[in-house]
Amino acid sequence: MDLNTKYTPQSWPQHSENATLEGKNKFVGFWLFLGGETVLFASLFATYLALKNKGPSGMEFTTQELYELPLVFIMTMLLLTSSLTSVYAMYHMKNYNFKSMQAWLMVTVLLGAAFLGFEIYEFNHYVHLGFTYSQSAFSSAFFTLVGTHGLHVVIGLGWIILLMLRNSKRGLNLYNAPKFYLAALYWHFIDVVWVFIFTVVYLMGVIG
Amino acid sequence: MSSIAQKKGFGATIWDYLTTVDHKKIAILYLISGGFFFIVGGIEAMLIRIQLAQPDNDFISAGFYNQILTMHGTTMIFLAAMPLLFAFMNAVVPLQIGARDVAFPFLNSLGFWMFFFGGIFLNLSWFMGGAPDAGWTSYASLSLASPGHGIDFYALGLQISGGGTLIAGINFLVTIINMRAPGMTYMRMPLFTWSTFVASALILFAFPPLTVGLFFMIFDRMFGANFFDHTMGGNTIIWEHLFWIFGHPEVYILILPAFGIFSEIFATFSRKRLFGYSAMVFATVLIGFLGFMVWVHHMFTVGMGPTANAIFAVATMAIAVPTGVKIFNWLLTMWGGSIKFTTAMLYAVGFIPTFVAGGVTGIMQAAAPLDYQLHDSYFIVAHFHYVIVGGVVLGLLAGLHFYWPLMFNTMLNETLGKLTFWLFFIGFHLTFFIQHFLGLLGMPRRVFTYGANQGWDLYNAISSFGAIFMAIGVAILVANIFMTISKNQAVGNDPWGDGRTLEWAIPQPVPFYNFKQTPLVRGLDTFWIEKQEGNKEGMLYAEPISDIHMPNNSIIPFVMSFGLFVGAFGALFNGEKSWAIPVLILGLIITFIAMGTRSLKDDLGYHIHKEDLMDTKGGKH
Repeated sequence: MDLNTKYTPQSWPQHSENATLEGKNKFVGFWLFLGGETVLFASLFATYLALKNKGPSGMEFTTQELYELPLVFIMTMLLLTSSLTSVYAMYHMKNYNFKSMQAWLMVTVLLGAAFLGFEIYEFNHYVHLGFTYSQSAFSSAFFTLVGTHGLHVVIGLGWIILLMLRNSKRGLNLYNAPKFYLAALYWHFIDVVWVFIFTVVYLMGVIG
Repeated sequence: MSSIAQKKGFGATIWDYLTTVDHKKIAILYLISGGFFFIVGGIEAMLIRIQLAQPDNDFISAGFYNQILTMHGTTMIFLAAMPLLFAFMNAVVPLQIGARDVAFPFLNSLGFWMFFFGGIFLNLSWFMGGAPDAGWTSYASLSLASPGHGIDFYALGLQISGGGTLIAGINFLVTIINMRAPGMTYMRMPLFTWSTFVASALILFAFPPLTVGLFFMIFDRMFGANFFDHTMGGNTIIWEHLFWIFGHPEVYILILPAFGIFSEIFATFSRKRLFGYSAMVFATVLIGFLGFMVWVHHMFTVGMGPTANAIFAVATMAIAVPTGVKIFNWLLTMWGGSIKFTTAMLYAVGFIPTFVAGGVTGIMQAAAPLDYQLHDSYFIVAHFHYVIVGGVVLGLLAGLHFYWPLMFNTMLNETLGKLTFWLFFIGFHLTFFIQHFLGLLGMPRRVFTYGANQGWDLYNAISSFGAIFMAIGVAILVANIFMTISKNQAVGNDPWGDGRTLEWAIPQPVPFYNFKQTPLVRGLDTFWIEKQEGNKEGMLYAEPISDIHMPNNSIIPFVMSFGLFVGAFGALFNGEKSWAIPVLILGLIITFIAMGTRSLKDDLGYHIHKEDLMDTKGGKH
């Protein structure tokens, strides 16, 4: 593959993410990987539901007392919006508009980082209340489920930032287009998982 | 690039294998390390049988027995059977579908090195204060109470090697979906490719629950979590569920590729097209699907109630249907064929009654009320050795003889091979058939000794006696391998004379780029079709000779896996040694730097030019 091929918006392929064999392989492989990730999160969700509110005798922490929906609402809005902005970035990639793509990715990263900041604040808050990782089975399951999602956010942010920096000078080509595409796909997946966390952990925790 | 390898000395050859991304060389790496762990696991098995040969034996202590028993199971499943299957998948599948390599050569190498370092880490436990001792299932209530670091080695080692397996699974899925030669439709894929495909899908969906379970165990034991500790609100049954949601598909991950190998062997040495090809494909997929629906049959005695037990009992019995379809198709493939009893064919024929016996006892255990009686007895031990040794290990040994000429361009000695078969086959039945009765007489599994005069003495002695035959058989196999290597008599392509599929059409030794031109596939058993029509070259081509794109070798997969290996020591000694956390961070830094290097440095591979391919040396400078 020649990295120096220059494209115009007209000559740029319609599906730049799988225009090459490598791109096709990455595309299929990553979708399959997300299938495995889904099973991973399903296992974590099942464990969380089994251990919700379970702790040593006399434990005072319950989901109703612990969770604060306004904070979680802000986090949800941040992450959902970041998913939308990553769609904009992909739209500009399709049109071979590198600068706009980078700009929207930048917005995505900022929104993701803000989400992460709130999550760190939330965890820190719980730990100060005495709801530490070792406090109970409930706390272990909560921090592991939500923390695994948080770790995915960190990896997603690192991935997008690295891609933006690495390619800032050279623009789009058929070698890095699949990479951008998959990073955006990963970001959507993180968003979908959060929708489930918001529902199963927080909403069902406060209401159910 | 490989031309450099041929002129190099020993050190350079080692470097070549450390950095290789060629599926054929990675196959050899899997074969060597899987073979090594198979021998280690076999020695552990012999120690078990020596200890149990007579009542009240004190050959090894109870604690040491628990370690050996655990490591025998863990080693054989994760470090011997799976990598040996990966060896054949790597060696055969890309050639069988007419591909130049797997979809992700770099990840292929990473998958191997993660398996390798995970396996080494697990086995270092022997020298660092004792091996894991809670059985290969490592049930949480037992393993949380285990003193020392054995269980930590188990959880961390399997986590690393499990990651490698997941990577390999995704790689084969993408390879089979995207890299098939023109004309190779799904329903023209050889059965070994099909079974690799389904087994890889099982890996993709079965390994994440194990990953989660192992993380829970790591966090519980090393980082103060409480998933399984009931005094803290935890639930020990969660481990059992996660383990068996992984563990049951795992046995199909093992047996399906073995079925695939047998299917190739039956067709080849009966000189007939595989009987009921489409039914075979359907049965393979159905077994894969049902494999996820039956995990609770390992947990009938947990007490989930008659409804749950009944559902899973029926689902379990349903698996016998597609398996029966396969058995009859193999028998009918042989029916009326001109059968050649090569060593590989002997294994295949021996496999059928053995595996059927294992299947029948499986149906017995699927009946939940009877399982209450059989649970945790030697009947279970007999059953799973009948399916795993009688199915998977016979499949591996058959594949070893069948594919040896494809991998090494030389043939294992058939006389010694048949001797190995008979010793192993007779020894196997001597060892394990009688264990059914030991179980029915009430002997529990996983005990280090037993009292005399309970009616178990003679049966145990017979069982141990049989194990000697298996050990001699394997010793002869090892001797056979060394003799074959030292003789190194080249056999050329289509060494069996009756090869049916693309991998036998390729010139020997296989060029490092596999196919000079991508082949065109005109039907199932494409090589056979071309031979029947008098095509001397054995294949048609889908393209003119043109430049071939090749991936570069890389040391990065090795470094990445090594980082995880280092980091695992840090996690292991967390809270005990002051250097633990720094070492954990150091290991992860090594891995992340390696990953960063991979990401930031463009690696576009290189091209073999058309002109080089045209000359007689076929691209070798």
